[in-house]
Amino acid sequence: MDFLIFQVPMLTVQAVLDGLLLGILFALIAYGMALQWGVMNIINIAQGDLVILGGYIAYFMYLYGIHPAWGVIVSPIIMYFVGVVIYKLVINKVVDRDLFISILATFGISILFMQLMNFAFGADVVLANSGYGTTMLFDNSVTLPNSKIFSAFISIVFAIGLVIYMKKSKLGRAIRATAQNARAAKILGVDTEKVYAATFGINAALCGVAGALISITFTIHPYMGLPYTIRSFMIVIVAGLGNLPGVAMSGMGLGVFEEFADYILGTEFRIGSVFLLLVLILVYRRFKLSKKREYLK
Amino acid sequence: MNKNIILYAAILIFGVAAPFVFPAFKVQLSILCILIILAITWNVQGGEMGYNTFGNILFYGLGMYLCASVQVGMFFPLAEWTEGGGEKTFVHTPAQFFQGFAVGLAVAAVVPAIVAGLIGYSILGLRGHYFAICTLGLGVAAGEISGGIEIIGAGQGFTTPPFPKVGSLEARGEFFYFCSFAVLVFTFLAVKAIYSTRFKLVLNAIRDNEDKAEAMGIQTMKYKIIGWMISAFFCGLAGGIMGGLVGYIDSTDVAFDGREMGVFMVLMAILGGKGTLWGPVIGATVFHIFKEGFWTFFLGWQYVALGVLIVVIVIYFPEGIMGWLREKYPERFGEVVDEADRKAQVQLK
Repeated sequence: MDFLIFQVPMLTVQAVLDGLLLGILFALIAYGMALQWGVMNIINIAQGDLVILGGYIAYFMYLYGIHPAWGVIVSPIIMYFVGVVIYKLVINKVVDRDLFISILATFGISILFMQLMNFAFGADVVLANSGYGTTMLFDNSVTLPNSKIFSAFISIVFAIGLVIYMKKSKLGRAIRATAQNARAAKILGVDTEKVYAATFGINAALCGVAGALISITFTIHPYMGLPYTIRSFMIVIVAGLGNLPGVAMSGMGLGVFEEFADYILGTEFRIGSVFLLLVLILVYRRFKLSKKREYLK
Repeated sequence: MNKNIILYAAILIFGVAAPFVFPAFKVQLSILCILIILAITWNVQGGEMGYNTFGNILFYGLGMYLCASVQVGMFFPLAEWTEGGGEKTFVHTPAQFFQGFAVGLAVAAVVPAIVAGLIGYSILGLRGHYFAICTLGLGVAAGEISGGIEIIGAGQGFTTPPFPKVGSLEARGEFFYFCSFAVLVFTFLAVKAIYSTRFKLVLNAIRDNEDKAEAMGIQTMKYKIIGWMISAFFCGLAGGIMGGLVGYIDSTDVAFDGREMGVFMVLMAILGGKGTLWGPVIGATVFHIFKEGFWTFFLGWQYVALGVLIVVIVIYFPEGIMGWLREKYPERFGEVVDEADRKAQVQLK
């Protein structure tokens, strides 16, 4: 076995750096998922499709001559309303129901979005060129596109901004109160329906930001949503709900894992290894918990 | 009882006569049989046991690949076959074809059941939505990984052996129809027999409250694994036949097609009514008719329709057709209804 990555040590540095920058993006998506899971007890399979839709908004701005980096501002605003509309049409009918119902319903939304995006934007793999150039490190042996650094920076800014917003603002406090105890919050005068809508909207907006960044740094394609959902789900179950540093850490860990899997197993097994990792993590947690006669629930 | 025998006989006669009465719909009818099998097997797992899985597509795809690989590999080198143009170089004689297909089907049924047994202990320890997402991951991972394995065709797909001509008779459609219909009858009778035993009660106990079932002294894990193995057995059979019927196996679009078959089986079982014997059969039939009508007239919009359909069924119709009938005519389902009590309840509402 001659893995290139072990022969050229600089590739390891490259993979780690790429993975960390990618992982920050994953963490941003996972943050949105943790938010809605914690507040509304909903697992949104359409998460990844919202990301891709956000990416297409940035891509369209690029097509019309606007610099795609502005997508970081425009995309979340549009996606917020998309999220609220999805909530009003579908999600508010499944909030209090069995979790499997919400999984299936959002799976339906996911299929719907996939196909609508396929109609609207075509089935090509597209990329919004930001024209940021690349940075060379270590005697030009490690290349780092500036767009990746930009996207990691923006993700961190948005994440920190959201944490502060959740701590300080009135809506943020209402969301946290609803997450703790929806009934008590309702009694104390919180309009939980509005809070749920806002939560789903914020989640969609975060997806929009992440999607815009992905369209600059990587590529987007209508059918690429599901891996993003699975990644964010995995990050959330590893980190636990409401553990923000954990989300960031496990996001970056996943990014590095993926880059290494890409180098060692080959690109064709990249997505497969992500899904397999999810299964392995769940099985590991199941055996760990079963020693205490508990189970994942 | 008498009524039931007439019903079964009518269905059987219709099933046998169908390909001759509607010769243009032979392939559609075979696919309908496969869909019903998949819905029934999903129902064993999701409806009776309460373990909602997206991962039965794993066994379906596995069965499909295994059946085709065995059918080819028994007589010719598999790697050369899949490298491209193998089906033009090597030709199965009719005897080889049928022999290979029979052995392939047996393997396609047994191996997925064994796989289910092996991974069952790990996976079935998960509950609720963790189980659902984990099986979703399994199905997609299987598709992605099999798309990278060279010997079964990798990304370019795997052409199954073409159907041989026996003399001057070309009976491909009939052959696959009767195969799938026979397997459907076998599946239905087997599941019906299983449902009349204590085993079904145990599965229902697990669905209703697993902790209590365990406290009552039932080894729930054992029953869960057996339930999943039964599910996998028939899924693999269905996959094997479907592979021959389609004639071409692609990793993500035909075999491990979580976006179509994987969702269809869940949807059909829910549409018909989870946890009933006839629910999946009715659900699959209604779904297939609807789907074919829609697919033909609104080509290209099928996934949009599918997405909307999932959302509508799940939100507004979670009990399914059988659940709706049961609410409407409880007497037919053997429930004793006190008329006065029923009216009083209506008034209370």
